[in-house]
Amino acid sequence: MNKKNQSSTSNKYWLFFTVSICILLMVLSLLTAGVNGPLRGFANYTVIPMQKGINQVGMWLSDLSDNFETLKDARAENKALQEKVDKLTIENNNLQQEKYELERLQELYKLDQNYADYEKVGAHVIGKDSGNWFNTFTIDKGANDGIKVDMNVMAGSGLVGIVTETGPDWANVRSIIDDSSNVSAMVLSTSDTCMVRGDLSLVPSGEIRFEQLENNDHEVAVGEQIVTSHISDKYLQGILIGYVSEVNVDSNNLTRSGYITPVVDFKNLQEVLIITTTKADKNGTGESAQ
Amino acid sequence: MKKIKRKVVTALMIILCFLLQTTVFNHLTLATIRPNLLLILTASFGFMRGSKEGLIVGFFSGLLIDIQFSAIMGFYALVYALIGFANGRFQRLYYDDDIKLPLFLISASEAVYGLVIYFFMYLLRSRFSFATYLSQIIIPELIYTVIITLGLYQVILFVNHRLEEEEKRSASKFV
Repeated sequence: MNKKNQSSTSNKYWLFFTVSICILLMVLSLLTAGVNGPLRGFANYTVIPMQKGINQVGMWLSDLSDNFETLKDARAENKALQEKVDKLTIENNNLQQEKYELERLQELYKLDQNYADYEKVGAHVIGKDSGNWFNTFTIDKGANDGIKVDMNVMAGSGLVGIVTETGPDWANVRSIIDDSSNVSAMVLSTSDTCMVRGDLSLVPSGEIRFEQLENNDHEVAVGEQIVTSHISDKYLQGILIGYVSEVNVDSNNLTRSGYITPVVDFKNLQEVLIITTTKADKNGTGESAQ
Repeated sequence: MKKIKRKVVTALMIILCFLLQTTVFNHLTLATIRPNLLLILTASFGFMRGSKEGLIVGFFSGLLIDIQFSAIMGFYALVYALIGFANGRFQRLYYDDDIKLPLFLISASEAVYGLVIYFFMYLLRSRFSFATYLSQIIIPELIYTVIITLGLYQVILFVNHRLEEEEKRSASKFV
């Protein structure tokens, strides 16, 4: 009896001790950034290298299975791709012509901003948030590679998200489908702004919601491109988010909302590109130049 | 010596489950849902070894998640530690040849975990459609976790048996 009581008091002592540590950690990390640094550095030497290793094995395995695809498939694909190359070459020539024309005209108008030419760094996705509630992931480049918080992350031609935390050799990215993500966006053709808001309940369907699009005369059709807007203070202008898949007028008759199909396949993200200029950098240099 | 071995093995199990959950299980999702291996581990250590070990295993499992993914340090550590501690309360009812109690306790922990995360991370950001989250996240995660439990629990049980046998053997040697 005595022994049992002793162990239950020691359990209570342990419970009290652990809970106080947790609360202390929470308070400290809310008040100062001092705790996060050392702990994140600790992760840098323990789990991050292992996640990188597992990721490499995974990529090696998927390469291996790719190699087993039959030659026949490869030939058929080659033929199809060749046709596509021909088509694209013609298209490219036309576009080149138009580009030169555009450059000439831009020079005439002294508009030299080209939004597509941001400098980018590639990185591998090495781990995803452990739960099902949030859509953040870890990449294998960090502060040592010049990655900073608030850098925009792309995959292919579309926006993936934004860097929220950096460790020495890793960084966390919050994707735009995450429930706590809000991106200021605009309709490319009309420049009307809206908010693109991540929603957990839409994750299985692969869509994102947009809201607060002004209900004016500009018609927004299904398939219209949505890009990041000029008024966002975190996201660089003109990065493609996705295509409109549904538009509805809200019950207040002032705004419209609907759904976007993103260009990025968030389920199979392996490599991402990080834009090494942040919007703050860009604005800062812009101001100092004036 | 044996105590150190148990600590090392436990730490390895926590790290292994964390790594599996963040890397391999990204490719084994069922309808975008992943099982919660760390919760299985925490709950199992709770009812197998008692409140104290459940608490400690839970704390370190949660802390790993906090370090890599959470904006606030200590939140997941607290949730997991309390779940481990609560499971320890059922140690007296636990017999290792009976799988019904572990399954029940792990599902109950999973449900509590889902509700707590919903309350603190979603309800407080005024996301009120509880039914959606219940049917899309909490219930599927619970089911998938229970399915994984059937396999993972046997592994944890086996490791625990081996360690306990070795501890007994070395104890009898000294007597």
